[in-house]
Amino acid sequence: MSLLHRLTDGVPLRALWGLGLLLAALLVAPAFLGKYGLSVLILVLYFAYVGQAWNIMMGFAGQLSLGHALYAGLGGYIAAGLFFHYGVGPWLGLFAAVAAAAAAGAVVGYLGFRFSLAGVYFALLTIAFSEFTRIAFDHWGWVGGSGGLFLKVDATADWLNLRGGPVLFYYVILALAVGAFILCRALLESRLGRYWLAIREDAEAAQAVGVPVFRCKMIAVVISAALTAVAGVWNAFYYNNLFPETAFAMGRSIEFTLAPIIGGLGTLFGPIVGAVVLTGLGEIFTDLSELFHISGIKQIFYGLALLIIVMYRPAGVWPWIADRFGFGEKRR
Amino acid sequence: MSGGSGARLELAGIGKNFRGLRAVHDVSFSVPAGAIHALIGPNGAGKTTIFNMIAGVYRPDAGTVSLDGRQISGLRPDLVCDAGVGRTFQIVKPFKGLSVLENVTVGALHRRPALGDARAAAADILERLGLHDRRHQAAESLTLPDRKRLEVARALATEPKLLLLDEVMAGLRPTEVDVMVAFLRDLNVRTGLTILLIEHVMRAVMALAAEVVVVSYGEKIAQGTPAEIARNQAVLDVYLGEEEA
Amino acid sequence: MTADFLLSLAQAITKGLLTGMVYGLMALGLSVIFGVMRVVNFAHGELMVVGMYLAWMGFEYLQVSPMLSLPVIAAVFFVAGYALQRTVISPFIGRPEHQQFLLLLAIAILLVNACLAIAGPDSRGVQLESQFDSYELGPLVFDAVRLHAALTAVVIAALLWLFFTRTRIGKSIRAAADNHMGALVVGLDVRRLYAFTFGVGAACVGAAGALMITIIPVTPFLAAEYTLLAFVIVIVGGLGSMTGALLGGLLIGVSEAVAGLLLQPSLKSMVSFGILILVLLLRPQGLMGKRGQ
Repeated sequence: MSLLHRLTDGVPLRALWGLGLLLAALLVAPAFLGKYGLSVLILVLYFAYVGQAWNIMMGFAGQLSLGHALYAGLGGYIAAGLFFHYGVGPWLGLFAAVAAAAAAGAVVGYLGFRFSLAGVYFALLTIAFSEFTRIAFDHWGWVGGSGGLFLKVDATADWLNLRGGPVLFYYVILALAVGAFILCRALLESRLGRYWLAIREDAEAAQAVGVPVFRCKMIAVVISAALTAVAGVWNAFYYNNLFPETAFAMGRSIEFTLAPIIGGLGTLFGPIVGAVVLTGLGEIFTDLSELFHISGIKQIFYGLALLIIVMYRPAGVWPWIADRFGFGEKRR
Repeated sequence: MSGGSGARLELAGIGKNFRGLRAVHDVSFSVPAGAIHALIGPNGAGKTTIFNMIAGVYRPDAGTVSLDGRQISGLRPDLVCDAGVGRTFQIVKPFKGLSVLENVTVGALHRRPALGDARAAAADILERLGLHDRRHQAAESLTLPDRKRLEVARALATEPKLLLLDEVMAGLRPTEVDVMVAFLRDLNVRTGLTILLIEHVMRAVMALAAEVVVVSYGEKIAQGTPAEIARNQAVLDVYLGEEEA
Repeated sequence: MTADFLLSLAQAITKGLLTGMVYGLMALGLSVIFGVMRVVNFAHGELMVVGMYLAWMGFEYLQVSPMLSLPVIAAVFFVAGYALQRTVISPFIGRPEHQQFLLLLAIAILLVNACLAIAGPDSRGVQLESQFDSYELGPLVFDAVRLHAALTAVVIAALLWLFFTRTRIGKSIRAAADNHMGALVVGLDVRRLYAFTFGVGAACVGAAGALMITIIPVTPFLAAEYTLLAFVIVIVGGLGSMTGALLGGLLIGVSEAVAGLLLQPSLKSMVSFGILILVLLLRPQGLMGKRGQ
């Protein structure tokens, strides 16, 4: 079977049409959206992309990481540092960034899985590594320490060096999000993907039917870390600044987990739907909080929204929408 | 559905301690290729520990387990599966969130890397075990007897040469026991698959097993045909002792 | 090594031990909650910060010393914890970890931003009369406030110990923490027990907050740090173990103080996380935890 055939196998035609239309709309969107609309859409795609990366590890393979900022931070810092110090372009720097994050993921995974840490314990190990790195970067001169690392702002479109305005970054993040979606679909429809789901459900039973549990978990963490590093690079060049305080923050790690959990863990569309919901709510709450002059009010709205979603739709928004309108992903 | 003939299982003096407690001590027996044997004994006698040592969950502290002369003790569970051992769990362990078909597909993927092939093989096994109608249900929605059958189906999907069944009849009604017995006997006759079963349902043991191994307090106390075992004084003492307790 | 250095090291260790007592009390709450309910309280540091703010308000607006408002805060926290468990958290017992995580994260966001909305982002501290007092023991100097806080923490821990060993409900909670399934099988009134446990855990952290405000000023941004700190301590000590939480508190308190002296103050939590990683890998059940099966 050809790859295209395999990817679309079993997908209803109207779903393919729907996806095609959505992609077409996203491709022409910059022509119709203003600066604000574009920035919101960029945010949606960014969270959809990192959410998908995180979902591979937690949603598919069932390994709870609350330290994914480590991989994004490493990726961003390495690419930005190479560009800042040596003028190495981000497309080249990307390789170094991805390699470093994948290696970091392999170390965390190896230690966690070899010493059979699961659940909260594994999550704490991921947090510990991320926090450890944050403080180390705070004291590392090459990356600017706690004072941060700044890239020169340059709005002339330069694809080679990933310098330019929002439209350029929009198309890059769109390509990443679409690529991640296709990758996730391909992974899920492969032996590896099914092995992940089996491990997520019951690792002991999976191993008894011949699943090499340790190796599969390692592949999951390495792929997830590598993809997250790409987001880190994009993020560094989009915002032009990096601080250990934010790049490796636990809050950043938590941000990555929200879209998939809210949208529906382990589903293909969950992280995307979650990104739309969360970014949308964020924008609404920003406007709403302008009416009050209370610090923290936006976050209070946000916390309430999370509370309501997790209490009433604990499995996520997407499975509910899918069930309701009958165009759901089949239960696996 | 099964990968041709069965394999010979040999346990040579295996033993296991847990924190100083002797769970299994110096147990030896063998199951010839293509035979069905049963492992019985009172609760806590060490039957499941023996299974776990064969399946690679525990590494024996003493002795060896070999399959067709190749030592498998000390291997990881997935490599033991690779070597040709399929097992079920006494406390069933379905992949709850996955459908019945996907549960068995995961097992079938072991020998058939392509998803389509594996799914077809899995559907075939489900047909034989009478779970075909329920293949799209989530495994967690199955009744206990169906979950037991799912365990068997998933283990068979790995195309084992030796099948370890841990109390798959428990909780089944007599007619359901008969169906499972017939299925296993047919499977054994057709493919020559070697089967070792832990079982409390004596009706199934009598109907299936050519030989019975009895363990008590971690040691083998008897071995023989079901008829011999039924007359064995040591075995009767153990079971009578249990009933009085 | 000079005598000066040894003295300042001893001084740092003393300071760390005293702060560590309060840390231990805070972590005790987390440990009790996890031990009994298997729910990870991701809002623990936020509760701590709320406790600190309440004590600050009592001092600022009612001129009540934090030591005096402590029992009131603990009582309020007990009731609030009980109610929170009964209403919001209860349905999530036994649910997948990521759902519990999201629930408590939402609660944490609400708590910390409520603090921000009410008290603002500036750091708030209390100026006690004993602020500059100290006791001397040979060459060692003890800050009065820190010593009072530590001693109070010890007294509270002792009271808790009495509660857990002498009262019926305390014993049930301990039994449930020791053997989660066992308690369910024995058929203790689990719902009430859970709510009570969350109340006790919250009271611990509320009391710890009231003590902590006498040592350092509070800002909303401390919350996440305390959540992590509480985690580090209970994992190091052994999740579910009472003595482990107290010991872990002392250990982390000392390691922070010593790292602040030998390295830089900003590196102190790096040492804590280093200890956490080592403990997770070498002794995941924690220093005082029992080995799992």
